[in-house]
Amino acid sequence: MEIFDFYRKDRWPHVFCPGCGNGTVMNCFYRAFNELNLPLDKTAFVGGIGCSSRIPLYISSDALHTTHGRAIAFATGLKLSKPDLKVVVFTGDGDLGAIGGNHFINGCRRNVDMTVICINNNIYGMTGGQASITTPHDFMSTTTPYGNKEYPFDLAELAVAAGANYVARWTTRHVHELTKTMKTALQKKGFAFVEVISQCPTNFGRRNKMADPTQMLEWFKESSVRREKVRTAAVDHFDLNMAGQITIGEFVDRNRECYEELIGVEKHG
Amino acid sequence: MSAAKGEHFVQGNEACVEGAMSAGVRFFAGYPITPSTEIAEGLAQRFKGTNGVFLQMEDEIACISAVIGASWGGVKSMTATSGPGFSLMQEAIGYAAMSETPIVIVNVMRGGPSTGQPTRASQGDVMQTRYGSHGDYQIIAFAPASVQEMFDLTLESFNYAEKYRVPAFLLSDAEVGHMRGLLSIPEHLRIVDRKEKGIKRADEAYDVPDDLVHPFPTFGKGHKAMVTGMTHSENSRIEPEDVKTHQELVTRLSEKILKNRKDINKWELVSPDSKTMIISYGASALGPKEVATKDQRVGLLRLKSLWPLPEEPIFEAASQCERILVCEMNLGMMYWPIRRIALEAGCKKIELLSKIGGEPPTPSDVRHKLRGMGAI
Repeated sequence: MEIFDFYRKDRWPHVFCPGCGNGTVMNCFYRAFNELNLPLDKTAFVGGIGCSSRIPLYISSDALHTTHGRAIAFATGLKLSKPDLKVVVFTGDGDLGAIGGNHFINGCRRNVDMTVICINNNIYGMTGGQASITTPHDFMSTTTPYGNKEYPFDLAELAVAAGANYVARWTTRHVHELTKTMKTALQKKGFAFVEVISQCPTNFGRRNKMADPTQMLEWFKESSVRREKVRTAAVDHFDLNMAGQITIGEFVDRNRECYEELIGVEKHG
Repeated sequence: MSAAKGEHFVQGNEACVEGAMSAGVRFFAGYPITPSTEIAEGLAQRFKGTNGVFLQMEDEIACISAVIGASWGGVKSMTATSGPGFSLMQEAIGYAAMSETPIVIVNVMRGGPSTGQPTRASQGDVMQTRYGSHGDYQIIAFAPASVQEMFDLTLESFNYAEKYRVPAFLLSDAEVGHMRGLLSIPEHLRIVDRKEKGIKRADEAYDVPDDLVHPFPTFGKGHKAMVTGMTHSENSRIEPEDVKTHQELVTRLSEKILKNRKDINKWELVSPDSKTMIISYGASALGPKEVATKDQRVGLLRLKSLWPLPEEPIFEAASQCERILVCEMNLGMMYWPIRRIALEAGCKKIELLSKIGGEPPTPSDVRHKLRGMGAI
């Protein structure tokens, strides 16, 4: 499948700014999906509200563009009513971790079979650059003009603690690893969560001395540390995540029974 | 899957469960809340051994979101809640209206605002049902007054939600929901299924023109459905800045309901030629009905439909009588639209009997008010 058979060319031009990381994520996703040879007509894409949540609307398949924060709840209903459908959720840090935090935690716990890709750009991009729940400590945004005094959420660790079957985090600098992880996530039975740290040069980089997207990618490269190394050093993730260091890699890969198997809904498909 | 035909002695909420099962509900997502919990418990029980999915979600926002998602999977889906939970659902109700998703929401009304009276009946949510989410939209709402109507109107809520691709509401209350009485399930039931894209069936849903209600593109069938709460064109292209697209879309969402008011509206008349007409609905119509059946000077128009407002029967009643008494369990909500229609019909004397606190107006409350009006 060519990339423009996968993405709807008739929806171009898209809403993303020049230098946005969403294009990289979309490219990696297309490659993973294509290499697995998955049927597009049997895959539904769900998004909430925000830049990353717009991606489902550009894919040439069934798309459910929902309310802010509730994509996982919508996807849960969709998957359980039509178990033969593969469900992929595209979401962002604000959509998933802030307004949708409760659905995220309970989605991981319930372990319904779906792939959730969170493009974490550490900012509310679509509304113009307000601090989000993943904005690093002391970084600038329009609502933290003296620097962010809060500390960021570690979404991947949260997913591990809440019970997701598969959890990984990469950055838009790690395209090969990200593509490979997306393939694993798409094949994983149960709740698979992929967090991608992504650049928003327009609304994050510009206010934090990284207006050029390549500067942000350099920053990702320099700050990234494999989770195995972080684990052995037994450091405090809470403080280190994004503030000085981005923990990357596969966080968990396990085979808890997914919700459909537990309630026996699959045979009704 | 549906209950045995014939007669049963059940609770209102149990009759709602049977109505939903008879309509063919396949998905329920709920969160415990008094006084609607028996509906969730009932469906959890009734789905056992069927292809229905029961889901207890983390909050009411998740419930209605899952219900909308399930509807796009092509199954009939519903939720049931009460006051505070209903407030939480409002944003997604607007989404369901905008994306034209057929769903059923049961609201067993309790006394509000806020936590209010969890175990007591009220009719305080009738305006929230119509206007609760932001923006212009229309919905369909029914108000049952008996155990039998909890069954009948749950079934009708599904039928009309499916036919018009709209969220439909069953506005019950703690009184009717917890009332026990006779439920008679007939041999033959009228069941309407949604008009599906790419399928031609001889079905009532197909009677509505395509330009008013578009055929439903079920997910997973190669339709490349694009469902969004943003302003979108006929071919589901997002056009949030386009004036004409927004005008056309939002106007159509309203018109598909308002133009079909006569098809949707249901009511009951007792002694329609009386000089005094009581207009009421749900549990608060029980006292007035007793008065109207015993006293020939008094008639009753009992609204089984609340939204879209049954304007024609109200107009007709108002143009034939000298005075109207609106009877409801809030401080005057349906009173105002009814008053508007009555004034248009030339009836000048329109009074309100409102009773809040959890008890429906008794026949003696009604007689006392009518005496004060000089009606009896």
